[in-house]
Amino acid sequence: MHELSIAMNIVEIAESEAGRRNARIEAVHLRLGPLSGVVKDALLSAWELACENTVLAGSRLVVEDVPLVVYCPRCKAQRTLDSISFLCPECQSPTPDVVHGRELEVFALEVGDAA
Amino acid sequence: MTPRLVEVRQNVLKHNDEVARALRQRFHASGVFVVSLVSSPGSGKTTFLERTLTSLRPGYRVAALVGDLATENDARRLARSQAPVKQIVTGTLCHLEASMIEKALDGWNPGELDFLFIENVGNLVCPSSYDLGEDLRLVLVSVTEGEDKPLKYPTIFNTSDLAIVSKMDLAPAVEFNWPALEKNIQAVRPEMRVIRVSAKTGQGMDEWLESLTALRSSAGAVPGP
Repeated sequence: MHELSIAMNIVEIAESEAGRRNARIEAVHLRLGPLSGVVKDALLSAWELACENTVLAGSRLVVEDVPLVVYCPRCKAQRTLDSISFLCPECQSPTPDVVHGRELEVFALEVGDAA
Repeated sequence: MTPRLVEVRQNVLKHNDEVARALRQRFHASGVFVVSLVSSPGSGKTTFLERTLTSLRPGYRVAALVGDLATENDARRLARSQAPVKQIVTGTLCHLEASMIEKALDGWNPGELDFLFIENVGNLVCPSSYDLGEDLRLVLVSVTEGEDKPLKYPTIFNTSDLAIVSKMDLAPAVEFNWPALEKNIQAVRPEMRVIRVSAKTGQGMDEWLESLTALRSSAGAVPGP
């Protein structure tokens, strides 16, 4: 369980953006890949606690799931996988090259008026 | 006023990644090859590492950092190899972070080492997210754990560079199914090299040590004596 410390990292990023923009953060949008090592539900559960006594208190965490996308060397094309099993869904070749899926990224903030 | 959406695009683990990058540069400049070990608790990391340190020590300068939530037991065991060992007690934290490695290196000169081993906290989930500045991440899985371990914890296998199957001496007793484990590893990390060892009998240790020293040489470090 390291989702609480991940949540606290996200709060820190959002806090510094809030300070820089002199704005109140209503929501944090996160992109999360299946290979990030972070469990979405655990992260959402940890969010309220991580925001306590910060300017983020009362904010929402919006998680966008990033699909697992690999490059198939035989098809010479990107393929989206349904599960973490690295075989091309079209030709069954092994696909070691991960294009998307490791993301653990704050990509946007919903900002309101200055606090 | 309706909230506006502003784009930020910031990696959540940016701070850890930056510290890890600085460590990696420092390690490369010092000529030390750094190996981290991850596995579930009880898979034999410490025994494997003790044997590795003991085997390498006549020819190479080796040291180890070992992470645990509590106790210094593992550091004491590894110290039997006569190599310098430092315990990192993480308290409640379930994994090592790059800043802990940086802190633990205080007073050590990486330039005086050929190999540095970092034994992570026994945990197949959390350590996968944190770069420690290592050259090689080893994932250990013991024959007693079940052949479907890689399918249950795909991220740690996918982010590792080499897999060690440990406790091979117990393989017959637990009816270990090697083709099944190999297939499952390849499913979550195609093309990963897998070495089967027993730190108890020594089986596979030569193959592992030869691979390790070859990887160090190809990483550009000076070969040992």
